Amino acid sequence: MVTRPTVRTTPTQPSGSATTEDHPAARRTAAGEVVLSVRDLHVTFPSEAGEVKAVRGLDFDLRAGETMAIVGESGSGKSVTSLAIMGLHPSSARITGSVRLHGEELLGRTDEQLSRLRGKAMSMVFQDPLSALTPVYTIGDQIVEAIRLHRDVSAAQAWKEAVELLDLVGIPNPQSRVRSFPHEFSGGMRQRAMIAMAVANDPDVIIADEPTTALDVTIQAQVLEVLKRAQRETGAAVIMITHDLGVVAGIADRVTVMYAGRPVEQGSVDDIYYRPHMPYTIGLLGSVPRLDAGEKQPLATVEGNPPSVVSLPPGCPFAPRCPLAEDQCREVEPALVPHAPAHSAACHLADRVIRDGLGYADIFPVGEHAPGALERLPREERETVLDISGLKRHYPLMKGSVFRRRVGTVYAVDGIDLDLKEGETLGLVGESGSGKSTTLMEVLNFVPPTEGLITVLGQNPAELRGKARKALRRDLQVVFQDPMASLDPRMTVFDLIAEPLHAHRWSKADTSARVEELMATVGLDPAHVNRYPGQFSGGQRQRIGIARALALKPRLLVLDEPVSALDVSIQAGVINLLDELKAELGLSYLFVAHDLAVIRHIADRVAVMYLGRIVEQGEVDEVYDHPRHPYTQALLSAIPIPDPQTERTRERILLTGDLPSPANPPSGCRFRTRCPRKPALSEADQRRCVEESPVLLAVGTDHTSACHFNDVDRHVDFRA
Amino acid sequence: MSVVNPEVLEPAVPGAGGGGGAPVQRRITRRRLVLRRFLRNKTAVVGAVLILALGFLAAFGPLLSAWDYDQVDRYAFLQPPDSRHPFGTTQSGQDVFALTMRGLQKSLLIGLLVAVFSTGIAAIIGSFAAYFGGWFERVALWIIDLLLVVPSFLIIAIISSANRGGSNQSFFDRAVLLLPQWILLVVLLTVFGWMLAARVVRSLTLSVKEREYVQAARFMGIPAPVVILRHILPNISSLLIIDATLNVAGAILAETSLSFFGFGIKAPDTSLGALLGTGARQATTFPWLFVPAAVIVVLLVLSVNAVGDGLRDALDPNSGSGGRA
Amino acid sequence: MGRYILRRLLNYAILLFVAVSLTYFLAASQLNPRVLWELANPPLPAETIEASLRAKNLSDNVPLLERYWTWLTGIVTGWEWGEQPRQAGDVSEEIGRRIGVSIRLITIGILGGITLGVVLGAWTATRQYKISDRVTTFGALAIFSVPVFVLISIIQVLATTWNDVTGIRVFEYIGETGSVGSYPGAWLVDRLQHLLLPTLVLVLSQAAFFSRIQRNLMLDALGSDFVRTARAKGLRQGKAVMKHALRTSLIPTGTYFAFSVATLFLGSTFVEVLFNFHGMGEFAITTIQGQDVHGAVAVAAFGGVCVLVGATLADLMVAALDPRVRVS
Repeated sequence: MVTRPTVRTTPTQPSGSATTEDHPAARRTAAGEVVLSVRDLHVTFPSEAGEVKAVRGLDFDLRAGETMAIVGESGSGKSVTSLAIMGLHPSSARITGSVRLHGEELLGRTDEQLSRLRGKAMSMVFQDPLSALTPVYTIGDQIVEAIRLHRDVSAAQAWKEAVELLDLVGIPNPQSRVRSFPHEFSGGMRQRAMIAMAVANDPDVIIADEPTTALDVTIQAQVLEVLKRAQRETGAAVIMITHDLGVVAGIADRVTVMYAGRPVEQGSVDDIYYRPHMPYTIGLLGSVPRLDAGEKQPLATVEGNPPSVVSLPPGCPFAPRCPLAEDQCREVEPALVPHAPAHSAACHLADRVIRDGLGYADIFPVGEHAPGALERLPREERETVLDISGLKRHYPLMKGSVFRRRVGTVYAVDGIDLDLKEGETLGLVGESGSGKSTTLMEVLNFVPPTEGLITVLGQNPAELRGKARKALRRDLQVVFQDPMASLDPRMTVFDLIAEPLHAHRWSKADTSARVEELMATVGLDPAHVNRYPGQFSGGQRQRIGIARALALKPRLLVLDEPVSALDVSIQAGVINLLDELKAELGLSYLFVAHDLAVIRHIADRVAVMYLGRIVEQGEVDEVYDHPRHPYTQALLSAIPIPDPQTERTRERILLTGDLPSPANPPSGCRFRTRCPRKPALSEADQRRCVEESPVLLAVGTDHTSACHFNDVDRHVDFRA
Repeated sequence: MSVVNPEVLEPAVPGAGGGGGAPVQRRITRRRLVLRRFLRNKTAVVGAVLILALGFLAAFGPLLSAWDYDQVDRYAFLQPPDSRHPFGTTQSGQDVFALTMRGLQKSLLIGLLVAVFSTGIAAIIGSFAAYFGGWFERVALWIIDLLLVVPSFLIIAIISSANRGGSNQSFFDRAVLLLPQWILLVVLLTVFGWMLAARVVRSLTLSVKEREYVQAARFMGIPAPVVILRHILPNISSLLIIDATLNVAGAILAETSLSFFGFGIKAPDTSLGALLGTGARQATTFPWLFVPAAVIVVLLVLSVNAVGDGLRDALDPNSGSGGRA
Repeated sequence: MGRYILRRLLNYAILLFVAVSLTYFLAASQLNPRVLWELANPPLPAETIEASLRAKNLSDNVPLLERYWTWLTGIVTGWEWGEQPRQAGDVSEEIGRRIGVSIRLITIGILGGITLGVVLGAWTATRQYKISDRVTTFGALAIFSVPVFVLISIIQVLATTWNDVTGIRVFEYIGETGSVGSYPGAWLVDRLQHLLLPTLVLVLSQAAFFSRIQRNLMLDALGSDFVRTARAKGLRQGKAVMKHALRTSLIPTGTYFAFSVATLFLGSTFVEVLFNFHGMGEFAITTIQGQDVHGAVAVAAFGGVCVLVGATLADLMVAALDPRVRVS
């Protein structure tokens, strides 16, 4: 694109005329009528490396009351689209095409003209609710500002409305919370406040850009519920931008899948999930670990990475990763054409996919799950590699950055027991603040915990000094969450993988042989050892991280959210790799994750943490299929499943409120403040929850749950 | 050993030098990117050229002059510029051009040395304090506070204005007398010049320390000094480079201020500050005593600051220059 | 809370005590007030000199620790900071007088300079890379890079030329007051005339410093998500910037403001010396040139107090501006 913005239709009315000040009520179209219409949208940015063609030709119509999801991995252009529609893109961006709201062209309007529509006719909910709210004004100030910008109401009236809005989005005590500052709100509450602000003027279109990505699952479920309610109240059309296929299945009517700045498939949510035509969509759906998959199915691996949108090769951008690709795919970029009513795909081979009914297992290589030698041994006969008993870790709670002082104690981990056998994977799950990361750091830090005992391979690391300590470090290695952060960007891959070998005084010759071997083991080309991590994609970087962890031939690997920073299509490859390595090398994994689907896929046993305690523990299928603790039940129920029909019929156990502060945990059962089971109990029983701390009780073979009332409502199926 | 699907596909990227799965926009190395951003900043580029020119002048300027800086022309006291003395002469008959060159040499030397030393000390103390924490950190922070509470100008002035001749010299006096005066000044400016940067290094280290690759190194069993030198300091090098550059300007200005009052370089040696100190008082009547040194100081400090600003924009991706600088 | 503040004050007191004591040892061992008597004309007998020095607790024949103890007890018991050589009266009286001069000198300059700097910095940030931004930014960089005394010399030369060319003495550049006219309010006009140039210098240098800081802070704030949210609500670019970005970016400026106010008492040395104001900054120079041990130490103590007051003020400033650090 070399042309300047070509605005196809200039606004017919001069600025400040009546039509731009249209009253939403007068404008409000009947359900089903097109509110927003986007045609041939292109967005291009200048960058150091060249022009970034972030969006390359997007069309869609959005009807009143409907929800359309734009799905894509990072760099697919989905967020840029939302900013371009709102006119909030950086001024350096070049935008062509057409965006029409109620038939009126928005592109080419001045900031002043657009600002009359923003927040009124269309509003937006951003991803990170902490940085998106101004820290120095109260929540109420910011909502009132939104109201009074567009409507001539008194301050008192606006404040009254702000309180009502906060009440609508489910903020408890809105009368007093309206005067809170953003930092006094939790993440979920901030996002609710953002939604309140977005619906304050009864908009026609709400754009939600990854609104729940920064939130925990139970909070995500709440916020999605609020968003649905807000939509019902306002009758607005919603554009939901997300990478989470589970969220889409639950909320969207229609879906646009984007890849490398282009829509590659568009259709109703059922069409996309049950009858995908484009191999990328198929691969994406096949690579998601499923919470409802009982068997250990290997995941589809879509090899390679999304292309850079700076200099795209000719042809279909997905061709390099598509096992079906033919010559024409590499030469001509396919257009988005309908292959079924209201369902279009951009693929030369869509007809073949439809005709042969190809699924992900037919198209993509599927890793194989080979049980290792150890897995055949009964659990009791295997050696214990990690034993944690009565572990407590408390921190001083400091307050105020100016007048810094201790105001209390954070009970980050408060008495947990875990054991991990050789060749086993123990999944540790929980929301943020549950203490799972603290537990992991306690294992790695080799310092005495506040209380309790950690035994790694039969030794107490806190008592080891010098050589013995270093030797134990060799057997215990770690893989971190973000491969970009865990690899020093200034070192070559060789130096990175060789670093632990140097530290343990391997000879030069042995080191280079070992590095080469490791590169092959994790599926990287050994010829690439002289590159820097920045030259690899996210998935490859995580493989480098795994190679480094394996360098010293450890026996126990601690994995801290190893796939949560990766795109879905890449995640699957790393999970499959970890699966295979475990079987081949006889490793044991302590696997910390917040994604329960990933844990179900990879773990043998699982421990669910809540506020520093383990609430349920056991064999993974047993826990997932027959959860007994109300928290586990709620957690499983909150996780969206990438299956629209299941999502439609599911009944969620919605937890109320936020996780209490670990500095001030509730007495007795820590979950009692949010427990859906407790209100149904008799008063005497409820008193027991308040006064008595429950212990883990056996509820099956290798399955324990810490609830006084394990037997109440025992059959909960999270799928229904 | 079954090798899992390697991600090392070779995409059909034309002209992608060694091939490989690297996204194309990563092809630009960081160094080239920084250089490109820097070159786009015209003020900074002009500054860099000027610094080079002034450095060149300091090294070879004295050769251009027929006079040495300490040579006295008995036939020209306080003469305005003429063909014999292009910048004129002083009251005692010294050639102002030669003096200015000598002063430039000294000022540059002082600026560079102070910058290197104080940034170095800041880097070491700041990073070690943050990494080890505990009592070491507390002591370091307390010393930093102490040095900030003492008015450094006053202390440097006291030390450098003391009369160390006399009969009863202390050990301190003798040690000080062993050093050439300008080196004493370098030491003093360094001692009082590292604290603020050390604080910044400390807070940056505190955040870098929590980064996963530093933790990864720690969990691999790598000794702490190695972790600091190999993983922490290189990753805050942007700050250190910027700090060092701005410290050059700061040290030159500090030297001129001290010398202005006679607390810095003293005759027979000279510096830009010393020249300005004598010249400023006669700026209206005998401008040639003042103008050359003033112009050079302003050019030098302005250039160094411009380069420092340019480096900040080029090295700091958050500087908001958006590639337009 | 109270205990915390107390602990902090105690730490300050210790810091100050150590700093001042170290300065005393340094000044008492390095400065040589004896010279002042030895230079007297007609020459004084050695015994007289020694007696005068001892009377003022300045004799280097008395062990350093003994002098220190005498000096310290003087302060603790009677708030006596010692006498200046060849001059009667306690140095604290002199300082009391000079603080007044300094306050009169710097108040307008610092407030004006900071206001101008913040406005310029915020304004140029919103106009990044436009010509007005480039000119202002370069101007600030230039002023920031010129040694203050060179700046003062330039201004004085310009002022002299103006006075000579117009024949009216608009600009005064010596001292606080001069010949006062006989019309009503003349004393005020005279003072303002004398204050004009020093204030201009202070305004220029403070504005240069603050505009650089504020521009960077503002640029950070401009790119933040909450400005985008404000625009998504329907605020126009300019208003979103003024209401959301500027307000937030003023928080760190508060810290610099507090420090500037506190440290300018000693930092305006050049202005005081070159415009002949007998304030604290000039006193710092006078004490050292005059081999005045007690004066120098008192100045150091005053400077230390200024820094600590500045630090406290900065914290209070941030607490006032930033709800995130307010203690509930």
